[in-house]
Amino acid sequence: MSVVTGRRARRSMSVPAWTARICVGVIALYAFVTVFAPLLSPYGETEIVGAPFEPASSEFWMGTDNLGRDMLSRLIWGARNTVGVALAVTVLSFVIGGTLGLMAAVRGGLADQVLSRVADALMALPPLVLALLLLTVFGTGFASLVTVIALIDATRVFRVARAAGLDVASMDYVEAARIRGEGLFSIIGREVLPNVKAPLTAEFGLRFCFVFLFIATLSFLGLGLQPPAADWGGMVRDNASLVLYAELTPLYPALAMAVLTVAVNLTVDHVLKRAADPRS
Amino acid sequence: MGALILRRIALALLALVLISLVVFASVELLPGDFADVILGQSATPEAVAALRQGLGLDEPAVGRYLGWVSGALQGDFGQSLASGRAVSELIGGRLVNTGFLAAYAAIVAVPLSVTLGAVAALYQSSFADRVINILSLGFISLPEFFVGYVLILVFAVNLGVLPSLALLTPEMSFGEMLVRTLLPAMTLVMVVTGHMMRMTRTALVDILSRPYIEMAELKGVGRARIVFWHALPNAVGPIANVIAINLAYLVVGVVVVEVVFVYPGIGQLFVDSVSSRDLPVVQACCLIFASVYIILNLLADVAQLLSNPRLRQPK
Amino acid sequence: MNNLMDITRRNVLKAAGAVTASATLLGAGTAYAAPRKGGTARFGIGDGSTSDTLDPAKTASTFSQLVVFGGLGNTLTSVAPNGDLVPDLAESWEDAGRAKQWVFRLVPGVEFHNGKSLTAQDVIATMDYHRREDSGSGARTIAQTIAHMKADDDQTIIFELVEPNADFPFLVNTYQLVIMPTDADGNVDPTSGIGTGSYRLGTFEAGQRARLERFENHHHADRGWFDAVELVLINDDAARQAAFLTGEVDIINRVPPDSVSRLSRSPKAQIVEVTGNQHFVFPMHVDTPPFNDPDVRLALKLAIDRQAIVDRVLMGHGAVANDHPIGPANTYFADDLEQRAYDPDEARHHLKKAGLENLTVDLSVSNAAFPGTVDTGVLYKEAAEKAGIEINLVREPSDGYWSNVWLKKPFCASYWGGRPTENWMFSTAYVAGAAWNETRWSNERFAELLQMGQTTTNPDDRRGIYREMQKIVRDDGGSLIFAYGNYIDAASDAVGVPESVSNQYELDGFRALDSWWFK
Repeated sequence: MSVVTGRRARRSMSVPAWTARICVGVIALYAFVTVFAPLLSPYGETEIVGAPFEPASSEFWMGTDNLGRDMLSRLIWGARNTVGVALAVTVLSFVIGGTLGLMAAVRGGLADQVLSRVADALMALPPLVLALLLLTVFGTGFASLVTVIALIDATRVFRVARAAGLDVASMDYVEAARIRGEGLFSIIGREVLPNVKAPLTAEFGLRFCFVFLFIATLSFLGLGLQPPAADWGGMVRDNASLVLYAELTPLYPALAMAVLTVAVNLTVDHVLKRAADPRS
Repeated sequence: MGALILRRIALALLALVLISLVVFASVELLPGDFADVILGQSATPEAVAALRQGLGLDEPAVGRYLGWVSGALQGDFGQSLASGRAVSELIGGRLVNTGFLAAYAAIVAVPLSVTLGAVAALYQSSFADRVINILSLGFISLPEFFVGYVLILVFAVNLGVLPSLALLTPEMSFGEMLVRTLLPAMTLVMVVTGHMMRMTRTALVDILSRPYIEMAELKGVGRARIVFWHALPNAVGPIANVIAINLAYLVVGVVVVEVVFVYPGIGQLFVDSVSSRDLPVVQACCLIFASVYIILNLLADVAQLLSNPRLRQPK
Repeated sequence: MNNLMDITRRNVLKAAGAVTASATLLGAGTAYAAPRKGGTARFGIGDGSTSDTLDPAKTASTFSQLVVFGGLGNTLTSVAPNGDLVPDLAESWEDAGRAKQWVFRLVPGVEFHNGKSLTAQDVIATMDYHRREDSGSGARTIAQTIAHMKADDDQTIIFELVEPNADFPFLVNTYQLVIMPTDADGNVDPTSGIGTGSYRLGTFEAGQRARLERFENHHHADRGWFDAVELVLINDDAARQAAFLTGEVDIINRVPPDSVSRLSRSPKAQIVEVTGNQHFVFPMHVDTPPFNDPDVRLALKLAIDRQAIVDRVLMGHGAVANDHPIGPANTYFADDLEQRAYDPDEARHHLKKAGLENLTVDLSVSNAAFPGTVDTGVLYKEAAEKAGIEINLVREPSDGYWSNVWLKKPFCASYWGGRPTENWMFSTAYVAGAAWNETRWSNERFAELLQMGQTTTNPDDRRGIYREMQKIVRDDGGSLIFAYGNYIDAASDAVGVPESVSNQYELDGFRALDSWWFK
């Protein structure tokens, strides 16, 4: 075994296949819960079913919250409001940022300069600051929340997509497509996109996690999803003072977020390794 | 080399001008104004009108922008609508506090994350690598306020060894300040270390796959020596970048930590000013945040240029 | 609930008429374990911001009110914990002409923190500062009821009112109206922080902290027990409780209802809780269908389960309210009116009378209105369904709630801290044409009674008048007033708290600095 292959083997093992499989399984479970929340949850999202702060029991597996709503049900519904919203935001930010980034990379010239400078300027303002300003302007409704975070994220996606696109844009086959007279979108779709899939997929996973943590922070400042809708960040926030009394309630939604983040990131690592080294 | 750096500086200045426009415009767009908000439920139409006129909110926007920019260039950000004090005076002390906490966290977090990243890269796929990886991810994925409350529970409420309030007073000694702000600093360290560590590891792993490292390996140079002597200096560029981003975050993104530990930093002032529509303060804060980000990035760029001889040649 | 009963059973107020009060001691606590001087009290205060100011005209947060009204300054009169109007800077006051002309005589020998003696000119300059057209003062509506002021001598001020008002001696107790010293030119400096209070200004950093030190030349010997007080702004509920639990502060306000039982498990904690006038409202615009029909309003009032809200949202730390804004801290609180209860059948009956089978209404809610607003809305929605009423909860953004939603949406959430007198509360939000009439309600008999109340000085007659007014608002008004919220503070066991505390505001009616002590 040569040193080189030995090292490669080590690198690809960074996330062992079995770990990756578990992570994919976890993500699939979250997706399942998100889609089938109404069927899975024992009670309704905002339904009051017991006394406030009942301890865990066979009836309420995780106890009840301050209004006597079932914590487990709220956690399950929270998957919708957390994972669903984060997914919507991430997809939207990739549609905007990804498209513009690849266009800037392939087209170059003035368009690239203008877009890059605008993205630079927007990125110089921290996401939280920009979000506070924009959400104050446009209100904290569901639609404006998704749009504002997607726009902020799009600047980051733009940068990654443009950088990845630039590497590919100078390749011979892209040049050849240009000479063949193919249109901008055809070049992007056929020649560039297939070759920037890996970095963009990785970015997608990271952005996705960033989004639901970001929403949790906004919830803390009173600008996230509005109650009584259950989202994990808000659920941690609402029950945060219980942490001081060493009670478990806020731990469940925090754990739900942490497990998902770890799973997504490990999967992303794995995907990246596979892309860098297809032999493994 | 000099020309390249000048070019970066010019771009940074351009970004600043653009930002000043964005900041001014978005702040102008804030619905409702200070006069409405400050009086809240107790706002009568006459009181609002009186206050609005007194504050000069009825002048045209273009004039106010030019006046603001020329003032800002001389370090004069106008007066706070809320307190009537100079914005620079209002921000000054809090900016120092924020800088102190950020520096505190950075001094711990930067060496920690670079070391952990290097260790993880050195012992790729080992048990240590995986533990570092998963722990760092875990800390990234918990909301900051949750981490903060748990630290308070453990160290302040249960053990009683550290204060939960990070209040600073002028007469405090430096040592006292370090103890007072230990919990918020630790919270920030936990939040930023994960990101920096992962990027350090990625950058190192990338460089470790380069041919010249393989050469060194073939020559029989030890792995630890390869990582710290050959790979790390060459990874300065990407690492400096991610450090710059995280330092900017420490200056700006700490509002949540400020709330939890009652630390008088600039983030709380910013949030309060947005909700009370104290526009001069909001604008000044935004401009400062943006400048910090741009300057840190500029420094990271220069560090990258200096560390990588190949980039020094103009294209 | 027990608190409520205790507070309502109290002495009849001798507010109006020719009252010449002697130097009655204020704190009821003086009869109880004797307070002593000493110590630095640290307060952790929720509610304040970086835009707080020392200007009494613009004190809008608990933090600034505690500093300005609770520590640095004094008003002419004061409200004792039992609701009696007692002297503060004025030793006596009398009605010198059918409640239209009032004569106030100042306590002799009162000194400001800067050494100046209190004179009638200071009082006049202070009131002038608030009643100016452009003062922007929260107390302008009160100050502008003064037509003329005259100093009879150095210690006597004659107020000539625009119209008769038997409540005037109460109104000058408003927290903005602390008396400020005049300078050589006869002007006041509102941000100087100089007053006559038992504490003088050390430092004041808006949005952070304030430190006040005892003023040794204070005119009341039985106030200001602490050597110094430090107030720290801690807006975050959990952080405030943590600071209290770790002993970093001695006293906190606004203990969230759901934390009271947990906090009181700490052996060092004493919970100080009173039911006051603070009340929560869902106002309906009575000029907008379907709320223009009194039967619809009654149906909506009957379809809310008040007890469930008190139990679940307030966690028992409050009391059910009866659709009128007068609370247990008011003198003429009509506790004999029948309490309206949850009755879906009766609600249906009133819907039928209005010609309706079912009803769907939008209710705008936001937690900016009061903590737990949205939860309250959820409970209301559940309860109203049983009466055939569908309540659509519309979640409004917290930011800008008071300017964009309140007074603008026909059915929304609101709250009031209450007012010390009935007339004041009614004329602020219930009389036709008042800027804050949040229901747009008007009622002839009610307006007539309001006028009568202003000119009547006999307490028994006043009781009758205000009882009828409460009944009219309850049965015909557009306000769905479902609960009173308690003021809940916590103090460490080292702190001495008077046997009876004021329920006018939180922290002993903002008097904790003055009248609490270290044991």
